[in-house]
Amino acid sequence: MRISTGNIFRLRKTWWRFEETFFRSLMIFSSMVIVGVLLLIIFSIMKTGIPALSFEMLTQTPKGGFYFGKEGGILNAIVGSAYLAVGATGLALSIGLPVAIFMNTWLLKHKKTVNIIRFILDLLWGVPSIIYGAIGFMIMIMLGLKTSLLAGIIVVGMFILPIMIRAIDEALKTSPSGLTEASLSLGSTKSELGFKVLAKQCFPGIITAVLLSFGRAIGDAASVLFTTGFTDNIPTSLTQPTATLPLSIFFQLTSPIPEVKNRAYAAAVVLTIIILLTSILSRVFSNRYKKHSIKF
Amino acid sequence: MKPFRIGRLVKERVNRVWMTLWTVIIILTPVIIGGFLLWKSSMLLEENSLMKLLGSSEWKPLSGKFGFSPFIISSLWVTFLALIIAGPICILSALHLTYYAPSFFMKIVQPAIDILAGIPSVIYGVWGVVVIVPFISGHLAPVFNAETSGYSILAGGLVLSVMIIPFILNILIEIFNTIPVELREATLSLGVSNWITIRSVLLRKAFPGIISAIGLGLSRAFGETIAVLMVVGNVTHVPEGVFQPGYPLTALIANNYGEMLSIPLYDSALMLAALILFAIVVLFNLASRLIIIRYENKYR
Amino acid sequence: MENETKIRIENLNLSIGKSKILKDINVEIPKHKITVILGPSGCGKTTLLKSMNRLTDIYSDIRVSGKILIDGEDILHTDKDVTEIRKRMGLLSQRPYPLPMNIYKNIAFGLKISGRRKKRFLNKRIEHYLKQANLWNEVKDRLKEPAASLSIGQQQRLCLARGLAVDPDIILADEPTSALDPISSQEIEKKFTELKNGYTIVLVTHILRQAIRLADYVIFMYLGEVIEQGPAEQFFKSPQTEITKAYLKGSIN
Ligand SMILES: Nc1ncnc2c1ncn2[C@@H]1O[C@H](COP(=O)(O)OP(=O)(O)O)[C@@H](O)[C@H]1O
Ligand SMILES: [Mg+2]
Repeated sequence: MRISTGNIFRLRKTWWRFEETFFRSLMIFSSMVIVGVLLLIIFSIMKTGIPALSFEMLTQTPKGGFYFGKEGGILNAIVGSAYLAVGATGLALSIGLPVAIFMNTWLLKHKKTVNIIRFILDLLWGVPSIIYGAIGFMIMIMLGLKTSLLAGIIVVGMFILPIMIRAIDEALKTSPSGLTEASLSLGSTKSELGFKVLAKQCFPGIITAVLLSFGRAIGDAASVLFTTGFTDNIPTSLTQPTATLPLSIFFQLTSPIPEVKNRAYAAAVVLTIIILLTSILSRVFSNRYKKHSIKF
Repeated sequence: MKPFRIGRLVKERVNRVWMTLWTVIIILTPVIIGGFLLWKSSMLLEENSLMKLLGSSEWKPLSGKFGFSPFIISSLWVTFLALIIAGPICILSALHLTYYAPSFFMKIVQPAIDILAGIPSVIYGVWGVVVIVPFISGHLAPVFNAETSGYSILAGGLVLSVMIIPFILNILIEIFNTIPVELREATLSLGVSNWITIRSVLLRKAFPGIISAIGLGLSRAFGETIAVLMVVGNVTHVPEGVFQPGYPLTALIANNYGEMLSIPLYDSALMLAALILFAIVVLFNLASRLIIIRYENKYR
Repeated sequence: MENETKIRIENLNLSIGKSKILKDINVEIPKHKITVILGPSGCGKTTLLKSMNRLTDIYSDIRVSGKILIDGEDILHTDKDVTEIRKRMGLLSQRPYPLPMNIYKNIAFGLKISGRRKKRFLNKRIEHYLKQANLWNEVKDRLKEPAASLSIGQQQRLCLARGLAVDPDIILADEPTSALDPISSQEIEKKFTELKNGYTIVLVTHILRQAIRLADYVIFMYLGEVIEQGPAEQFFKSPQTEITKAYLKGSIN
């Protein structure tokens, strides 16, 4: 018996239709999984953490120490993280903005060089934060420095520098080349072009870069593991060690003492909320400020 | 007018000098990192051959035995698991978001991806400890007749997969978006269905991009520290199943570095661990990008 | 048989998001002729062309209403699979987009989806279609090379051959020569005049001279509306509306 081409063709078409439906369902399922997992994570962090939150938790430093529990809160970690993240973001911005501008003004003609720099920055952003932490600690030992807020700021600053530069760079890159030409033909120097024209035009992009870097700075634990130390007190100078939210979670989560464990849960909620706020803020900012930049 | 002009130009010169300096420093950073790690681990490398260190599974720092294979194999396990789980989900979801989903859906999912990407490692760790670990020990392991505390390779892989999903997904969406719509339209015009167009043309076109997205995801997963450390169990042995605990390289460094400086050889061993980590991350980064470049030379 | 209508569009409206792109389009496209859609850029020519092919389906925020009748059958409201409809039309876009495969497989793809798999048959047909697109002599020794290694002009002819291989009876061409050099453009134009005996050709262009050279029938669009349509001679010699006159004089671009 011969099966006709027409029959095979019809069979094939049925099979194709099945494939279409099958993979389409899988795709929708995958997207659902992603959204579902996010909701699950936020839900479970909130569920364990919110009962542990109280006014006391947010406004007091730990009273009973690490091994004994007792009352007290996570103020040391909140303030420490704020200091650290603001300091590191400031440091990274003050180096990153000029470098990004440099890449998009002076180096504009050297496309290959810029691409190599971008490549290396992406590479650096891929370097695990624990390596930054380890190298930072190594250098501290060599210089005879102790764990401190300052050391943490420098290490975290270096760790977020690549993402800061690349994010600003991406913003500057999208600025229309007509603007650059117009500005240069008016006789402005490259620094004026960069810092006055481009930086203003790309302000929303820079804000987004800062918020992104801030989020990374406040959330990373591995880079501060060896460099900031950990303390129950709020640091009063750059040379003192400091607690941070991520380490406060990391160290206290596995404690058998409920009070200590609760601090970890509470810190997790606080950190999650900070990250959510940064995310929302960066969206709001980039939408609001977009209206003020010139569209070509 | 004249002093003003000179002032401007001097400023321009000065700016140029220190910006160049910073840029050079940044370009050199990977070399500096690699050099530092190599220098620090040289003490151990002088006494043992690298092959022996990588191949041996005997880890007894106090008697000077440093076998890295338990850590490397644990790292490979969790990374592999994470990719096996995250890879297909990311590819399917990226296809869905670029080729099927109505645009309002993308408006919901994009923020979700961004938030997932921004959630700190330690939060994923908490989630792992609170949800994944009990789920594995309480529900999953009994199904497979396995004994486990839940702190396991599987927990590490699962947590890690969720962490790298936004990372890989964002790259994939970008890759699918750079394929010209006209190619899709041209293929559809031949009278094939959406999925066949994707399967036989678009995925083929995107293939190198997909490979490099996975490669980048791999290097990210390989270097992830805190979240994995919190759920993986940290037992020094060569794991033989996903329900067993493991001890990845990053966890080794995080748990021991800083406290073991009194034993110089131990210190050196941990730096070697960091060097291996660094080398693998750099390798996969480079490879991922080279694949793309080579592909682009071939087609167009 | 002189003026048999192949495609008839009735009250076609199309909007993307909130903006109306096509407004109340009514046209008739004659069989086995070259119909040129003419108009300044941004007036909706590409959109009109793609809606004939139902490529508008793939964008979620496009809304279409009205009728597009091909051989009397409304392709917008039909139970038929959309792939069946698309197969009847070959599309040639502004730039060539060869499939990411070798030259041979670029043509074989269309044949295979129509259920043809036998090697001997494929070889014969592929040669046939490549000859039809005037490409055979240039590529017969390099069929296994990636299609992207061809020149742009060759790629465009490959795309033509690829489109012909699914055996359509309509060819939709969207400014097919705009990325090509003059000589390649000429070849494509010449090919079109040969092909019109067997195919109904709809050609979008904003090059007036190309339209004059090729058109049997002209549809003139402006800002999403069809302003004027008719046989080429009548259209170019005695345009009816002021806008058309202005356009033909070159004062609208
Ligand atoms: N995806 C889209 N979203 C919004 N507007 C679009 C889109 N594609 C095309 N348009 C608009 O539709 C109009 C017609 O476009 P098009 O059909 O490409 O014109 P033509 O081919 O005549 O140059 C243009 O004004 C264009 O801006
Ligand atoms: Mg067009």
